[in-house]
Amino acid sequence: MAKHALAILVVAALGLTFAGGARAQEEAPPVPHQQWPFEGVFGTYDRAALQRGFQVYKEVCSVCHPVKHLYYRDLEELGYSEDQVKGIAAQAQVTDGPNDQGEMFQRPARPSDPIPGPFPNDQAARVANNGALPPDLSLITKAREGGSDYVYAILTGFKDAPGGFKMNPNMYYDEYFAGHQIGMPPPLSPDQVKFADGSPSTVPQMAHDVVSFLSWAAEPTLDERHRMGFKVFLFLIVATGVFYAAKRKIWSRVH
Amino acid sequence: MAVPPASIPASGFSRLIRWIDYRLPFVALLEHDLVEYPTPKNLTYWWNFGSLAGIFLVIMIVTGVVLAMHYTPHADLAFDSVERIMRDVNYGWLLRYIHMNGASMFFLIVYIHLFRGLYYGSYKYPRELLWILGVVILLLMIATAFMGYVLPWGQMSYWAATVITNLFSAIPLVGNKIVTLLWGGFTVGNPTLNRFFSLHYLLPFVIVAVVGLHLVALHQHGSNNPLGIDMRGPQDSIPFHPYHTIKDSFGLCVALLVFAFFVFYAPNFAASADNYIPANPMVTPNHIVPEWYLLPYYAILRSITFDFLGIPSKLLGVLLSLGSLVILFFVPWLDTSRVRSARFRPVYRWVAWILPIDVIALGYVGSQPPAGFVVTLGQIATFYYYLHFLILMPLIGKLERPRPLPISIGTAVLEASGGLGAAGPAERH
Repeated sequence: MAKHALAILVVAALGLTFAGGARAQEEAPPVPHQQWPFEGVFGTYDRAALQRGFQVYKEVCSVCHPVKHLYYRDLEELGYSEDQVKGIAAQAQVTDGPNDQGEMFQRPARPSDPIPGPFPNDQAARVANNGALPPDLSLITKAREGGSDYVYAILTGFKDAPGGFKMNPNMYYDEYFAGHQIGMPPPLSPDQVKFADGSPSTVPQMAHDVVSFLSWAAEPTLDERHRMGFKVFLFLIVATGVFYAAKRKIWSRVH
Repeated sequence: MAVPPASIPASGFSRLIRWIDYRLPFVALLEHDLVEYPTPKNLTYWWNFGSLAGIFLVIMIVTGVVLAMHYTPHADLAFDSVERIMRDVNYGWLLRYIHMNGASMFFLIVYIHLFRGLYYGSYKYPRELLWILGVVILLLMIATAFMGYVLPWGQMSYWAATVITNLFSAIPLVGNKIVTLLWGGFTVGNPTLNRFFSLHYLLPFVIVAVVGLHLVALHQHGSNNPLGIDMRGPQDSIPFHPYHTIKDSFGLCVALLVFAFFVFYAPNFAASADNYIPANPMVTPNHIVPEWYLLPYYAILRSITFDFLGIPSKLLGVLLSLGSLVILFFVPWLDTSRVRSARFRPVYRWVAWILPIDVIALGYVGSQPPAGFVVTLGQIATFYYYLHFLILMPLIGKLERPRPLPISIGTAVLEASGGLGAAGPAERH
């Protein structure tokens, strides 16, 4: 019985993990799956998409949403040079100090600074957004069931409310948001940004790019993880084979 | 203690070993317990999970100690410090994903190990204390895992801590005092996080100590085996080294392959998305769900939706949930059969398999919002869990007629391999 039983138990236990992992998203339809280049064993981020996505974040999302866990220096991973990152950082002013006069002062941001958010605190953010708090985006694709697919679905899921659906003031109808009423106005509209590489500025294109960027922001070590995992697997497969052969040889004395 | 056998030539090195062993019999102990240690020659791969669990305990402690060097146990800083580990600490993401998924792996292995013990009657005379120490380890693991889950201070951390510590308030008279003591205040907060961190660092070393006792108890009478009969002499046993060192190494590689898949390609598979949102006492998540390995206990807890014999439903839920673990302490005496291995027990061998199915059903119930059919299923599964241990186990042992046991491990092994040994006269215990 041993081998079969073991298989059953492992499968059952994994099933349990499934049951634990999958939690129902209430009131909203399941999000459609998108193709992401960072999926799968050999998945990596597409640097061009990340740069376009960063542009969308900077020109659109960053008006309301911070990316608290990102530093300017992290942007080098998108394929920007050190000087380019310095240039990007220098466009923002940050508060530093106190200086030797005991006073705080403003200076251009440096690569070693965290990317500053649009609001000094949550209260200021709420006041500027009809009471809604725009969430931090640096972990958003890991902090929602459905991950990257879900964020993409929200960005592209804005519709006119169906007849008879009662909307609250300052709310917008989104097909994929739980309860369908979201405080965020539709953020993307065609030709909103001008991509340097000539990619079309359609809503699906911009949404796909910015979600790629946000996926990187949430999991910047994914490329390294996938590469290392492949090596670890090769090593373990060889080791498993060697140990299995040795086990057979040694145990042949018993059987 | 024994000195190394005289057959070893007295080189400088072996003289040094002998000098040490005469004063501190360390090498002799290794020789006795890791090399010569006699094991039944018919152990299957089910017997790999004990050493595997030990290795994962070490993996958890090593990664945990390094993570603690970078983690900040403060309510305002804990979440960010974990993200800092993920982003800026060298291989911090690897350490954390190993530690996170290692907990799941550790529980999976221990649950298989526990089921192995149940199926083959490894808890029966003379291994009752060995079993009880195992249950103590499980309880310590659950406490450690729960407190570890609180440390990242995400939404699920915070609310799991709130829900679970609140259970103690069900205790009559002193309940609320105990909860305040656990919290270090009047709500889950920074003092709670601090004491959980302290205990999360302490308990694994208590587990190591109990594992030590578990091993001493194991080596007193040796491993049980799939036949559940005792070793009768050298013909029934093989030395631990090289047979089990190599077999356990192979098993470890297979386990690491499974583990590596999750660490490198699905590190957040068992994680809750809510725990990547910083703890917020003002916002309750839609469904508060524990990690998968605690779901069955959570299901039992929530299945009690009614007062019974004047006991309030909350207290009864807590008692039955805790009882589902405490009952394991009494298994050596609840099982009245003298035959250890379910292989020779025509009725129990099926009943033994229904239990894990029941526990998995409980796990499913624990993962779902408690409404409608799920509640009924949870109540049936809870009832069956207790039925198994309190009624079926004692009753089947009395009523069932076990099949005849082989005379010895040696003859059974020869028969199984189609070998020379003619089937000897069957013997009944």
